[in-house]
Amino acid sequence: MAFPLTDGTETAARPNWLTAAKNRLQQLLAFASLIVIFTFFALANSAFPTYSNVINILFSTVVIGTLALGTTFVIITGGIDLSIGTGMALCAVMSGVFIVDAGLPVALGVPAAVLFGGLIGLVNGVNVAVLKLPPFIATLAMMLVAQGLALVISKSTPIYFSDHPGYTKISTGELIPALNIPNAVVVLLAAAVLAGFLLSRTLLGRYTYSIGSNEAATALSGINVRRWKVVVYTLAGLFTGLAGVLISARLGSAQPATGMGYELQAIAAVVIGGTSLAGGKGSIIGTMIGALIISVLNNGLQIMSIPQEWQNVILGLVILVAVYADMVRKKET
Amino acid sequence: MSNHLLEVAGVHKAFPGVRALSDMHLTLRAGEVLALVGENGAGKSTLMKLLSGGYRPDAGSFRLNGEPFVPQNPRHALHAGISIIHQEFNLMPHLTVAQNIFIGREPRRGPLLSERELNRRAADLVARLGLPLDIRAVVGGLTVASQQMVEIAKALSYDARVFIMDEPTAALNDAEVATLHGLIRRFVRPDTGVIYISHRLDELKAISDRITVIRDGRYVDTLATAATTTREIITLMVGRALTSDARPVDVRPGREVVLDVRGLSTGPLLRDVSFTLGKGEILGFAGLMGAGRTEVARAIVGADRTTGGTIRLHGRPVRIHNPAEAARLGIGYLSEDRKHLGLLLEHDVSDNVALSSLRERFTRWGLVDRPATRRTATDLVRRLAVRTPSVRQPTKYLSGGNQQKVVIAKWLVKDCDVLIVDEPTRGIDVGAKEEIYALLNDLARQGKSIIMISSELPEVLRMSHRIAVMTEGRVSGILAAGDASQESVMHLATLRPNENPADAAELGLPDPRRPDAAPDRGPTEPKAV
Ligand SMILES: Nc1ncnc2c1ncn2[C@@H]1O[C@H](COP(=O)(O)OP(=O)(O)OP(=O)(O)O)[C@@H](O)[C@H]1O
Ligand SMILES: [Mg+2]
Repeated sequence: MAFPLTDGTETAARPNWLTAAKNRLQQLLAFASLIVIFTFFALANSAFPTYSNVINILFSTVVIGTLALGTTFVIITGGIDLSIGTGMALCAVMSGVFIVDAGLPVALGVPAAVLFGGLIGLVNGVNVAVLKLPPFIATLAMMLVAQGLALVISKSTPIYFSDHPGYTKISTGELIPALNIPNAVVVLLAAAVLAGFLLSRTLLGRYTYSIGSNEAATALSGINVRRWKVVVYTLAGLFTGLAGVLISARLGSAQPATGMGYELQAIAAVVIGGTSLAGGKGSIIGTMIGALIISVLNNGLQIMSIPQEWQNVILGLVILVAVYADMVRKKET
Repeated sequence: MSNHLLEVAGVHKAFPGVRALSDMHLTLRAGEVLALVGENGAGKSTLMKLLSGGYRPDAGSFRLNGEPFVPQNPRHALHAGISIIHQEFNLMPHLTVAQNIFIGREPRRGPLLSERELNRRAADLVARLGLPLDIRAVVGGLTVASQQMVEIAKALSYDARVFIMDEPTAALNDAEVATLHGLIRRFVRPDTGVIYISHRLDELKAISDRITVIRDGRYVDTLATAATTTREIITLMVGRALTSDARPVDVRPGREVVLDVRGLSTGPLLRDVSFTLGKGEILGFAGLMGAGRTEVARAIVGADRTTGGTIRLHGRPVRIHNPAEAARLGIGYLSEDRKHLGLLLEHDVSDNVALSSLRERFTRWGLVDRPATRRTATDLVRRLAVRTPSVRQPTKYLSGGNQQKVVIAKWLVKDCDVLIVDEPTRGIDVGAKEEIYALLNDLARQGKSIIMISSELPEVLRMSHRIAVMTEGRVSGILAAGDASQESVMHLATLRPNENPADAAELGLPDPRRPDAAPDRGPTEPKAV
């Protein structure tokens, strides 16, 4: 330390625990709003806070939650994926094709459907990272392609899994009998833990943040940005495939005409959870809380017999408030 | 074996409408610091981007340690032993200091990142380099100077043999520059070399062994530093001689007060800042980095919230809530962070020049009068010697210094009564600096009032009619041009009233050790009780 340094006021280190506490508080705030909304409904209607209704809420979080996991990665890189909704429908159809039409055993058909989702994501990734198409455009195109393909492949009719009770168990079975928790919820939890792990503890996660924070700098640091972006979109595709399996197992059928609109709900969950659309910032915990907020709202408003139209209005307002609150919070730190 | 570490021979590079480099050559010897100088747009950064594999040369070759070297991409250049600090920041604002330094080389245990090992290595590194950095701090929250320190730590952490720095000191004050120079001297060993690009010619004397001058993308000459004067270098750079011992012009007391600031305070830093600004006056703001000069400007134009104080403009009290309101009242602020706050990079020069005065000057019947914006822009491009093929060139293609000139042009067009310029000549070459000084003097003569914040003391001294010196968020003194000298300014800038009772007494402040003085202290100096 032989050299004279600055007057030191600028680099004065803020104690580390303070930063950590602040970060935790940030997540706590999203969590707190979830609790507030929950309490509100619980007070408003006694049918709301029952065990079976809570399980209901969790069950209805599964599809949006799974889609939102992959979307979190994409959005943190500063991208967007609009193809996850119809991509999910296409994967459900493919699952039907593999298991019902081609007669593959469930244990093979399910991974195949998930991998098919990965393939969709891979194409997105190549379009975005290699061909340098804007993510919005590339995935908008994929959204249309996937919807069309789902209809073409299924000849516009649902594929039923009635002869494959093992398949529907994936969502509706109860692995842990005493608790009455559907398997789909367990799968979502496992997927969330995996995603959280990938995002916070692996290179993939680090580069996801890095690319979203400053893509040019990441490239200049010797990182193969192109490859990691392809990986991120592929990962989102894998989660899309998983969501396709979960939704078709839950319904007992693959519905080719559905899917549109789910991508926006998933994006909403991610954004409510504090992930910035500008990239560089976000968390899986936040996304899960965001997804829960959406399903608590849907469920609670339904129980209070608020019409669907008004539910949408309220959800829209919640998104505005959540994102605004997040911005205010950021300004203060 | 020759001792030529890096050779550049016959390199050409053209962009649409611009010849950035023609038949460029230079040689970096092992064990030396080679300074590379040239005017804004001379092609310095372009050469560095060619070396990092960011661009491909149209013709010519590089040799590294005598071997042909064709950089493919940034990673390849890093592996070959070339580490570059680029002129623009290349940091990830959302990541921590440690994560930024070791990006791409994260220590892992199995498939998992080892954050503890990462932080240990980063702590080691900054301790070894003696840099005042909190490795766990998020980079986006750091000051420009600290961010530059992170870049330096990062670049030095590669086991490089050739270390290239493109204007590393543009954002640093003198003490920090000294720190950097110490690091460079430690880095240079018999088998390594440094290429050092800077517009601060006084530094070159201190750090370099040889100086290569380029002009208009061509090699001009290479000189041994010890046997060269600054004047010679400038003459080679700009192709003519410049005189630089000018003094402030038109200094006189008793000017009509235009801006009167009393007791200005902000939560985090500023304490009771008071000063006046006269019509046609140039008021310099000096101080160490972090003293609060930029914060004063931001508080005045309403970019930061104030917690106390009054501002009178032409005698009338005003409350300014945001910079747009300030601009409407005739107060312009040219920010120090021009890349982020000053330019629309995708838009062309004339759009940028006209941007903040579109409504007042360039609109007819509600439509933008494009020919008028182009005429004005063309005129300013000529006056400021902005190097661009035309005013319709997107600003992202301009060299760093030329981008800054565009921002300055924007505020010149705006025609404010009060113009606050924050580090107006940072990254600008000597010739263009003179142009900017002349323009500021011109504006003052026309009756505009100017606040000039600068870390370059010689510049403050030669321009300011009066100098306000700041330390620890306070104005520690206001000197008239006649009384101001390097020594008197530095004395006021280094007073530390929050720690030192004698300094506090000199400024008429309460003893900082007395507990009742505590609420008035800046927040960044925690004191053990
Ligand atoms: N990508 C690009 N497209 C078009 N022109 C470019 C591009 N990059 C650089 N130029 C032009 O090439 C010339 C050299 O630019 P360069 O950035 O190398 O200058 P410099 O010597 O680093 O200047 P400064 O001191 O201002 O940083 C400039 O005229 C610039 O406008
Ligand atoms: Mg440059």
